[in-house]
Amino acid sequence: MPESADFIYKVEFNKQQIMNNIPLIAYLTVSAVMFFAGIYGFLSRRNMLTILMSLELMLNAADLNFAVFNKYLYPGQSEGAFFTLFAIGVSAAETAIAIAIIINIYRNLKNIYVDEVNKMKF
Amino acid sequence: MAGQIIFYVLAIVIIVFSILSVTSRRILRAATYLLFVLIATAGLYLLLHYQFLAAVQIGVYAGGIMVLYIFSILLTSHAGDKTKRVSWKRLLPAGFAAIVGFLICGHIILHNVYKIAEIVPVNTDMKKVGLALMGTDKYQYLLPFEAISVLLLACIIGGILIARKR
Repeated sequence: MPESADFIYKVEFNKQQIMNNIPLIAYLTVSAVMFFAGIYGFLSRRNMLTILMSLELMLNAADLNFAVFNKYLYPGQSEGAFFTLFAIGVSAAETAIAIAIIINIYRNLKNIYVDEVNKMKF
Repeated sequence: MAGQIIFYVLAIVIIVFSILSVTSRRILRAATYLLFVLIATAGLYLLLHYQFLAAVQIGVYAGGIMVLYIFSILLTSHAGDKTKRVSWKRLLPAGFAAIVGFLICGHIILHNVYKIAEIVPVNTDMKKVGLALMGTDKYQYLLPFEAISVLLLACIIGGILIARKR
């Protein structure tokens, strides 16, 4: 008897799940839009800071994908979540260094447009 | 049902503001739109039951990186500045690459992704996260944790070295 009761509970639970469920494709589409907006900005922008911001968008989309695949396909494990955690740390470090370099370039050349900064010798 | 409504609101916010953030010509506005995208992504992590990731996303991205961006924007440009208009020769290949890439990616998503995957509402408790970050067994991550700490130290030293006055 307890087994069948358990089974009914499971079925009810699954119905509730399907009602509340957001398809995997929806998450992936959102992160794809974010990623390709980043690609567009990376190729079309000329200001170094906005290029860096587009890079941030792309990294963020990749992080979201890791977390989503982890949750939907391997819910018992958490490698994706930890990879996202470390990727956020790495991107923070990378942004800090890049902004230091950009401010240094601005201090020397008074300009942060990539097509006008063409002399590497300060 | 509530979860779905919240998801679609967040999805629309992310899509609209990520496109605005790469097309706006005022840099400070672009940074603000990027901030909205990052906060909405933290909302998506909450919806996926990754509370710790959402907290890290808000603390590191919205709290740390965006402050850096806004400070450096204010240091390198004057208030009300617009970026230079980009010629069509530059915009066209960029838009082409983005749209074609999105179409290919969308085709792959639509046809190759496992469609009946369901979310399992398991909250990852903080004890598990802490043990996984501090252990050396299988599925525990002390080594990358230490590597990140060394990287952040190198980043601090490099930042000081690059940005100091000569």
